[in-house]
Amino acid sequence: MEKILLTLNVNGQDYELYINPKTLLVEAIRDHIGLTGTKRGCDTVSCGACTVMINDMAVKSCSVLAVQAEGCRINTVEGLEVNGELAPIQKAFLDNGSYQCGFCAPGMLMSAQALLNESTELTEWEIKEGIEGNICRCTGYNSIVRAIDATAKGKYTEAKS
Amino acid sequence: MNKYTVINPHSKFTVLNTHVHNIDGIAKVTGRAEYTFDVKLPGMLYGKILRSPHPHAKILNIDYSRALEIPGVYGVVTGKDTLGVKQGIWRRYKDLCDEQILPLDKVRYIGEPVAAVAALTEEIAEKALDYIDVEYEVLQGVYEPLDAIKKDAPEIHEGFERNINVTRHIEWGEVEEAFDEAEYVREDWFKCGGQAHMCMETRAAVSSYTPEKKMTIYSSNQSAYYMQALMAGVLGMREGDVRVLAKYVGGGFGGKFELDGAIFCSAILSMKLFRPVKIVYTREEDFIATKRRTPMFYYVRTGVKKDGTFCAREAKVFTNGGAYTGMGATALYLTGFFHSFPYRWKGYRYDGYRVYTNTLPSTSMRGFGAPQAMWCSEQQIEWIAADLGLDPIEMRRMNSHHEGYEVPGQATIASCGIDQCYDEIKTWIASKGELPANRAIGLSACGFMSGGIFNWFDTPYSFSSAVVTINQDGTVELHVGAQEIGQGSNTTMAIICAEALGVKVGDIKVHSGDTDHCPADLGAWGSRQTLMTGNAVKMAAEDAKKQLLEFAYAQSGLNIVYDLDIKDGWVHAIARPERGEEFVQLVRKALRGKDGQRIVGRGYYTPHRKGMISPAYSYMLQGVEVEVDEETGKIKLVDSMTAHDCGQPINHLGLIGQLEGAFSMAAGYGYLEYMPYEDGKLMNPNLVDYKMIRATEMPPANIAEIDTYEPEGPYGAKEAGEGLTNPTAAAIGNALFHLFGVQMKECPVRPEMILNALKEKKEAQGK
Repeated sequence: MEKILLTLNVNGQDYELYINPKTLLVEAIRDHIGLTGTKRGCDTVSCGACTVMINDMAVKSCSVLAVQAEGCRINTVEGLEVNGELAPIQKAFLDNGSYQCGFCAPGMLMSAQALLNESTELTEWEIKEGIEGNICRCTGYNSIVRAIDATAKGKYTEAKS
Repeated sequence: MNKYTVINPHSKFTVLNTHVHNIDGIAKVTGRAEYTFDVKLPGMLYGKILRSPHPHAKILNIDYSRALEIPGVYGVVTGKDTLGVKQGIWRRYKDLCDEQILPLDKVRYIGEPVAAVAALTEEIAEKALDYIDVEYEVLQGVYEPLDAIKKDAPEIHEGFERNINVTRHIEWGEVEEAFDEAEYVREDWFKCGGQAHMCMETRAAVSSYTPEKKMTIYSSNQSAYYMQALMAGVLGMREGDVRVLAKYVGGGFGGKFELDGAIFCSAILSMKLFRPVKIVYTREEDFIATKRRTPMFYYVRTGVKKDGTFCAREAKVFTNGGAYTGMGATALYLTGFFHSFPYRWKGYRYDGYRVYTNTLPSTSMRGFGAPQAMWCSEQQIEWIAADLGLDPIEMRRMNSHHEGYEVPGQATIASCGIDQCYDEIKTWIASKGELPANRAIGLSACGFMSGGIFNWFDTPYSFSSAVVTINQDGTVELHVGAQEIGQGSNTTMAIICAEALGVKVGDIKVHSGDTDHCPADLGAWGSRQTLMTGNAVKMAAEDAKKQLLEFAYAQSGLNIVYDLDIKDGWVHAIARPERGEEFVQLVRKALRGKDGQRIVGRGYYTPHRKGMISPAYSYMLQGVEVEVDEETGKIKLVDSMTAHDCGQPINHLGLIGQLEGAFSMAAGYGYLEYMPYEDGKLMNPNLVDYKMIRATEMPPANIAEIDTYEPEGPYGAKEAGEGLTNPTAAAIGNALFHLFGVQMKECPVRPEMILNALKEKKEAQGK
């Protein structure tokens, strides 16, 4: 198949890629752009490890082609911090121990951030539903729910840009 | 949300059990942590593995000439490119080293590697697999242990009569006499399922062999030292010429300390091609071709007196070993031992048979045979209490272990908080009041080990070692072989080091997961690191501190009855804490005093005179509130409470995380995580069909930590985080018993099993 030229905007930066049009967004981000924070844990769009934000919405980046994301704002875990200061949700994950092996954390953080972008008035059940697409084999989720809840309530301060 | 309380807290520590963030946390929440999955080396090729489609077949011929013609394919390896070493982790016992990864003669399960390709891209490698022609002679397969022990069953390994791979016998007391004393005897058969480790990071390795005849391997594993030693063995190299790195590991849970196809095939390909080769398993490969929790058939006979006094127990177990031994031999022993826990039996007898079948090999998984043991034991005990009309909590309490109890010939219990666990759970149950008609609470007790004493690996090294080096600015390098796999061992070791040395956690850099730079350590399994590596770290830090304090004593001019200490970076006389100096000042003096040599502290630990199994045991009692929809048979977990004795907690945040996480995995084993096989083929090798706990299924996991002191552990600490995988399945089963009066004998409990049990019950009542 003939390669195509496309531009992806990831974390505010434009990247020009010359890739096979079958390339998944997760492959473009990891293998072609080299941002390996985003993970992959399955082949069936089930685990959520590859979750990124596209135009502020949580999307499993193994479920879309890179070409479909052209012209969109893509955000990955690497884009959460500002000048070395962690985003509130990252601080909350640290403070609540909301990760263990850490492999699901990048995707989980993006699902959490997308949820918080939508609303900060979240019930416990809404938080749980918001991260239902992300599997964490280590924590049992409760510490993640606590972190999102605390962030929603404004416990952790915003990084200065 | 969750409640966490500590009963009898100690407060004499400056770092221990305080709110310390995981020291790898920032790397993990910012995406900086580099897992094996992320490793990319210059000139690296990508490997893919061709797997057997047959559960049992002779390999007659492999022709890969067509694959080599594909542009971008660099090479193919088969068993003929290996030394043909039959390897296994039970290195002391040659007959249990039975697995050739890339076998020469025959395959024994669906998914077994038969060849591997290295190519420029993963896509090309995958395509090349279609061009490898393997000629098989298909043999008859056998898939269940009770079939495989039959006389006419096919032979899976030569020389193992009736396919029995390992047997284990545990016995104490006069068992039959003790049964004679019993006034009530009950016997039951149980079936316990397998479970996938389902690490978020699938098996992955990058191997690089270079013309110096040295091998460097990045691998996702639970013991860099085991990988180094085992790989040296199969490659015919010296251990020192093999370097294994595993800085960040995406989960282990007992499934990543044996050799797997990824590490082995990438190394063989790299040796042939002199290029780095990376192999990452797909999720499906991870399901069908790694290993799994050991499925078991359990027969349990228990004799008690009418007042509830336990007399005797006999258990016979047949486990589905799958195609190879692996760590399954250890699971066979531990299930038999922990089946007796946490109770005192006058007579106890266990006979375990691990049986080869043509299925995915089974092995250790978090809990190491104990979740299966508790599924049977704790349900039968609940039924006995009901049969005799006794309070199940008080019946458990009167028979439980206590401090100073000796499990005859096996173990001495030096610390035990189970008695307080009963009180805590009673209080929790009382606080719930009357439950709705579709809900009930089930309980389950258990205990677990803090590392194994056995040395089937045949290591000549001490089980754990640590080196503490102090830099001139007061920063500290801590080198350990303990493997960080997400359980927080780096943080726990930093906390112990900081407490012992008297500095801050932030002053310590932990070096682990690199065999070139870290001392040998058996790694992360059997809940061993907090106690064993923790003791080594404490010893190393105290050694360094003593060397430093010699200089402080020499210049203090204090009367010899006064002693000095370091706390929070302040060197001082204990009696006059305001008099002293900064840690860094003392370090500089000591450095000058030693003619510029850095202060180096060394520590090690190997258990001695601690019985047969483990140096220390944790205890716990769990209550789970379960709701069932009678229409669909679906289970919902509403609430839970665990009273837990892990000795002195070290890593507060880590402990909570481990207990909550263990609960979620244990609950999955109880009612969701089902691995059905048909003719040796796993029917649900993906995350759509293999169900596990997600956020919406997770109930609160409340914890009451009973603070005891374990004399053998560092600062009194013992196991936490693995043991809690043990009780939950049985607690769910017991809740179903109290809700409907049904006795569930197979786990995981699926909705159709509940519906069938209810139907049978109705029919029985109709009669």
